[in-house]
Amino acid sequence: MSRAALLVLADGRFPAGGHAHSGGAEAAVKAGRITGAKSLEEFCRGRLHTTGLVSASLAAAAALGLDPVALDEAADARTPSVALRVAARKLGRQLMRAARATWPSAELDALAREFPKGAHQPVVLGVAARAAGLGAVDAAYCSAYESVGGPATATVRLLSLDPFEATGVLARLAPDLDRVADRAGEVARCAVEEGVDVLPAVSAPLLEISAEAHAAWPVRLFAS
Amino acid sequence: MTGGAAGVRATARIAARSDGRGGTALPTLEGEGPLALRRTRGSGAEARVMLVGAMSGPLGGDHFTVEAAAAEGAALHIGSAAATIALPGQAKGEARYDVRLTVAAGAELRWLPEQLISANGSDLYVTTHVDLVPGARLVLREEQVLGRAHEEPGRLTSRLTVRLRGRPFLDQELCCGPGASGGWDGPAVLAGHRAVGQLLVVRPEFAEALPSPQLLGECAALTPLAGPGVLVTALAPNALRLRRTLDEALRTLDGRV
Repeated sequence: MSRAALLVLADGRFPAGGHAHSGGAEAAVKAGRITGAKSLEEFCRGRLHTTGLVSASLAAAAALGLDPVALDEAADARTPSVALRVAARKLGRQLMRAARATWPSAELDALAREFPKGAHQPVVLGVAARAAGLGAVDAAYCSAYESVGGPATATVRLLSLDPFEATGVLARLAPDLDRVADRAGEVARCAVEEGVDVLPAVSAPLLEISAEAHAAWPVRLFAS
Repeated sequence: MTGGAAGVRATARIAARSDGRGGTALPTLEGEGPLALRRTRGSGAEARVMLVGAMSGPLGGDHFTVEAAAAEGAALHIGSAAATIALPGQAKGEARYDVRLTVAAGAELRWLPEQLISANGSDLYVTTHVDLVPGARLVLREEQVLGRAHEEPGRLTSRLTVRLRGRPFLDQELCCGPGASGGWDGPAVLAGHRAVGQLLVVRPEFAEALPSPQLLGECAALTPLAGPGVLVTALAPNALRLRRTLDEALRTLDGRV
């Protein structure tokens, strides 16, 4: 495996369209729940240990070669909010385009054929990591980092938060990111033996609720 | 039922089937120890069962199981007489509460228990597994209250797994209280709300047309699932406000407004 491939895939400049999504931060800012670096950090920590862990586990499982159709179904079951399912598939489709151009692979082609409107983003991410020669924990790191990087970057734009402060938030979350990526790798290996049901399903009620509210706004800066 | 230092293990079983005369019979109605069952007056074709807490609990080390199955043509409504309070126990370790529900095609199950209250110092792991087949009807409500009045909550993990035709349909876990992963009470998860609940409604006719997503006040939303069901997720400052929101959502879905 190439460690540099991980940098390419995890780079915020990788053209997969993630910059258009705030990971729930836009709704949280509007509701007054994110007001600065401290609340941003708590928001990110909560997202990381809930939907972040779920996404990282799905990505790790896909990177291990588990059936992406079963993983996509597991992702649907873990994403009750229709707004979040739509966003996840949109992001999956965009990532698919970038990944197929970057790391051509028969498995990516097959997944694209199976889900012409896009599979859930973490599933695509895992298969893309596999195509790039990366492992399950690499895919989990990538996904976990995205789950906090998205809201942090968005909050810089939404609140005019000092980018140094936002980066400080991400640095302070590093130990949590390590734990989540390791756990995701572990449960993904369990899922190889025991099936996708053992993957985590931790939910964040406020992210689910506010995603529906956000999707109904007539004007918004971010798609989700 | 078994007891002792390791805590109490108890199982309650309910089986419902059509009685052949437009009503619902209960060939199995077996409570045990702290899980006593009473048949109460139902409405129409429905059989109504009350779960009556005959002891307090679950306490640390206890393991309760409730199993209910509705066969074709049955209409089964299960409620509880009072809230369930998770308490710390003499025995160390977590308490477990497992609910197993099975609904056949042409059957309806309404699982509408009172709240689960996570008292300070308690440690409870709840699992709810529901097996559905196409044509099954389900109304399921669960409400968690974090702490009694003016008290910090205990540790609570609650996982709801619903399968339709053996495939994953809804899988949601809530972890909160001391020892839960960071951020559980923060702005992405609960943001200081002390009551959280879900209402799941599955109906065959939703396969044709699902209700649209809908906001129910500031901290509750109804969303169509990826199959023939809708989920209402709600947060509230307390149990009363939470129940009001979920009741209103259910009335709307039942067409009673």
